[in-house]
Amino acid sequence: MEVFFEWFRVLYDETGINLPFLYDSYDRNRMVDGFFMTVKLSIVCLFFSVVIGVVGAWLQNSPLKWTRRIVNVYIQLFRNTPPLVQLYFFYFAISSLMPTVDNGFGGQQPMLGGFAWAAISLSFFAGAYNVEIFRAGIEAVPNSTIEAAEALGFSRLTTYVYITLPLAFRVALPSLNNNLVNLVKTTTLAYAIAVPEMLYEANQIWSDNVNVTEMMIFLLLIYFALVGVLVWGMNSWERKLKIPGFGN
Amino acid sequence: MNNRSQKILPVIMPVMMAPKARPDDRFRLQRWHGFALVAVLITASIPAFAATDPARASMFEVLQRWMPLLLKGFVFNIIISISAMAIGTVAGAVLGLGQISLIAPVRKISWLITQFFRNAPWLVLLFFAMFLLPFELKIFGLTIPLPDWLKAMFGLSLPVMANVSEIVRGGVMSLPSGQWEAAESLAFSRQQTLWRIILPQCVKRMLPPWMNLYSILTMATVLASIVGVSEVMTLTGQALAAEGGRSDLLIPFYSFVLFLFFIYCYPIARWTVRLEKKFAVIT
Repeated sequence: MEVFFEWFRVLYDETGINLPFLYDSYDRNRMVDGFFMTVKLSIVCLFFSVVIGVVGAWLQNSPLKWTRRIVNVYIQLFRNTPPLVQLYFFYFAISSLMPTVDNGFGGQQPMLGGFAWAAISLSFFAGAYNVEIFRAGIEAVPNSTIEAAEALGFSRLTTYVYITLPLAFRVALPSLNNNLVNLVKTTTLAYAIAVPEMLYEANQIWSDNVNVTEMMIFLLLIYFALVGVLVWGMNSWERKLKIPGFGN
Repeated sequence: MNNRSQKILPVIMPVMMAPKARPDDRFRLQRWHGFALVAVLITASIPAFAATDPARASMFEVLQRWMPLLLKGFVFNIIISISAMAIGTVAGAVLGLGQISLIAPVRKISWLITQFFRNAPWLVLLFFAMFLLPFELKIFGLTIPLPDWLKAMFGLSLPVMANVSEIVRGGVMSLPSGQWEAAESLAFSRQQTLWRIILPQCVKRMLPPWMNLYSILTMATVLASIVGVSEVMTLTGQALAAEGGRSDLLIPFYSFVLFLFFIYCYPIARWTVRLEKKFAVIT
């Protein structure tokens, strides 16, 4: 392995193509940490945004006018404002209202750090889109199916959990796929509040080594790969979930 | 009639289907839940109000003082968004037509470029443009400076280009193949078919996603603040710093920026939905 890494040092000496995150163990660790931070942030946001989507879609079908209105206001607010400003709003404004905790060194620190706020804000942002996506999926479930569930004595909640949602999920998967890809790309925003994710670490490396071009191309390729893995996973999941005779 | 005899049998429920409140719902939001939520929000914001010292200007006065500057910044955002959209649309249209070209290499390369720029994060592309474009161009001894905002504009137009390319391809694909065949039987050449028959029909279908993209782009212009273009977000940060970093100003200022974008993007979103309904393909 070391030979492999050393090869890039030779490459740098010979051609000037500087890839310090391969031959320098310090930069390598930074880049690996950044990569896993991006993966972690993506997974946390993916999970919570889907949860928000599922719960929101259920609330949006609520028989109560005010519940539906609140969910709609949430969707419109988060869909029509920039995610970066939302992130700043959460990280700077909301966080200033939160109580602080002792950090163990005699100082005070905010209760939630950059990572937590990035996760919260991005989940809400992607969640707003997911609600709409799931709603569209629910609308695609034939009314007669729901009526059949009603006839079998399912309540509104159990109908949603056991009948509507599993069917709606399959309809919604392609658009959900799209939105989740977007979410993974949006995690780069966490850079703005100094969460040490991939873009942030890459920035550190190119500031130290002045190799912006190489780092940029590497970053673009790695995001390309990340998104590719996600799309591949979602597509194979879509195929696995497919019910014969439902959808296309 | 007592209560028991009125109990509804599940079998007849489909007749009185949701959405209607039913007694067996375990969790029901009621109006007072909304009031409770508002009350919690107001209580939570009291510390911010309480922190306001009467000797200092109230946050609304401060906000009013900075408003002209912030609005100017916002206009700059809109200018960036419109120009990036224009560049991206032209480049994207070319790329999209390349994607449906009959020449295989052109098609492959257009596809590759589209996928590459579509799958890269906007912020990374913005950095890409910021750092890799020179700060000035020398053409025939003529020096053209490339200011930051211009580079940001190019950076933002890259993902727009890729998305427009997909919209164009999708629009052309969405037309029934009968259109092509009919044109062919009337002896139209491929170019004539494309310009006179296919594209005029596509424009209508491409409009809603295109507007959607514009709205996304407008919201992405704040990313330029990260790379140091003085648009509304940068100015907000500077205004906050100039006021001495008062923590009670954070919420009104950031809310104001959110509000600006909301009143600009929300009508576009509503309009898009309306157009979508109007142009929907009836199957």
